[in-house]
Amino acid sequence: MSKKRKIPIAPYLLLIPWFIGIGLFRVYPIISSFYYSLFDFQPILRTSRFVGLDNYRRLLFDFPHFWDSVEATLRYVLIGTPMVLVAAFFIAYILNFKLKGVNLFRTAYYVPSILGGNVAVALVWAQVFGGNGPVNAVLGVFGIDPIPWIQSETFAPFVLIFLSAWQFGSVMLIFLASLQNVSPSLYEAASIDGARKIRQLFSITLPIITPVVLFNTINVLLRHFQEFNAAFLVTRRGPNRATDFLNILIYEFAFVRLQFGFASAMTWLLLAVIGILTVILFVSSKKWVHYSD
Amino acid sequence: MITKTQINAGLRYAILIAVGFLLAYPLLWMVGSSFKFNPDIFGNLSIFPPPGRATTEFYPAAWQLSPSNTMAFYYMNTLRFLIPRVIGTVVSSTLAAFAIARFSFPGKKIIFFTVITTLLMPELAFRIPIFMLYRDIGLLDTFAALYIQEFFAVNSFFVFMIIQFMRTIPRELDEAANIDGCGPLRTLIFILVPVLRPIIITVGLLTFMWGMNDFLGPLIYLNSPDRRVLALALRGLIQEYDVTHYGRIFAAAFMALIPTLAIFFTCSRFFVEGAIASGGKE
Repeated sequence: MSKKRKIPIAPYLLLIPWFIGIGLFRVYPIISSFYYSLFDFQPILRTSRFVGLDNYRRLLFDFPHFWDSVEATLRYVLIGTPMVLVAAFFIAYILNFKLKGVNLFRTAYYVPSILGGNVAVALVWAQVFGGNGPVNAVLGVFGIDPIPWIQSETFAPFVLIFLSAWQFGSVMLIFLASLQNVSPSLYEAASIDGARKIRQLFSITLPIITPVVLFNTINVLLRHFQEFNAAFLVTRRGPNRATDFLNILIYEFAFVRLQFGFASAMTWLLLAVIGILTVILFVSSKKWVHYSD
Repeated sequence: MITKTQINAGLRYAILIAVGFLLAYPLLWMVGSSFKFNPDIFGNLSIFPPPGRATTEFYPAAWQLSPSNTMAFYYMNTLRFLIPRVIGTVVSSTLAAFAIARFSFPGKKIIFFTVITTLLMPELAFRIPIFMLYRDIGLLDTFAALYIQEFFAVNSFFVFMIIQFMRTIPRELDEAANIDGCGPLRTLIFILVPVLRPIIITVGLLTFMWGMNDFLGPLIYLNSPDRRVLALALRGLIQEYDVTHYGRIFAAAFMALIPTLAIFFTCSRFFVEGAIASGGKE
């Protein structure tokens, strides 16, 4: 009767790699990066001097590049994220009508997501938006003068935003899967009520899949904050820092200038920005996300 | 008579095809331009070279990616970190997922919570201290710096994906094996792994594809020309100030994407299911 349950040893043994990994590559780095951020830490100059919050003070008040970079990052994140989400949802919504060949489209649309981050794609993208590239050729057809996409502060961020939007496929697949899980009986009830398709979308479909909307929003947001390759290779952080994202500025200060303390402080400020946005999403989600149970 | 349903269906197909073309265009243009001379590449929208003006001369030129090495060399270097990375990710993620999904033990909740939390943490948060760590243990400018982490199940996304998949497999399966006297490790290898095959393949393929795209890792960790990987070598192409033939850039870009595309189209099923499994089920 009193079969006292033994604590199993097997799961702990199986988790040994995970414990090491989480400790060495996640917990330790996050703690030490905060520690570094309190130092003027430049191994090349053999300096390591405790400066308290001075790195943060310099960043916030004495280093305008940081704010340029915050602005560039937020512009990219706040325009790019909704664009990807809307494109992904719109296509998923169309694919969800029982059309023949859905599988083919769904596979084809996923290709850019797989290739998107590749350096080879960055090389091509720079030419697609080049002075005599196909994008300007299309504009020419409509009698619009060529746009200096990559050379213009206004347009350069959009070259990168379009590249990100091009990769909507993976997000679309997740939307599609959730749409396919919406019970058809809900729509039947609604169509008896005479609700039109567009009203069904906003009053039935969207509320049901709000948890997936939240999931995708956070994922896409995080992805945009970490953009590196295209901004580094296509627009080369410019022009005039218009695409000099924080992730790249941190790279420069850490791995090119070897100012690890200063770069760590920058990392923490970026994490704070990401954290604030994520918290806002989670807190507001109580109002707009419906969990069915 | 054409019904309203038919019009709607036609409209939907029109949108899908238009979007498909828009997505495919940059890639088709890349392939087409790799067979063209400069004047035929720019200022027009056509994908195919004008009749009689197609050339294949840029392919040998692109294959010789740098003065000292061919693309084969850079591919080999890429594989030298990619293959261990795939093996490490698959093995360590499966072990961790097995422990979390199939056992109940004190601390399990905290561990699962940690997996979910790290899922939301951007990788850049750990970058600098990990670099210092590798420097201290002498891993800078080695391929190991690009795969050592992966042997420790650090990619929570994959651990989570395998957990989710494992939950759909009836427990009776491994319980039966347990009764037959199979230890946990044997149960995992001989009973569960065959059933987990699709998700394991997905994890392996995604790791591979993302690795092919990895530019920042090699940029930070690798220095010597001996160890230059494809992503870094390709970057060299746009650093040439005076590009004589753009066809060469497009040929190199295309050749760099061929393996990824080939693997994707032969295994597309696993990618699509993997992408869905990552978020669809909760």
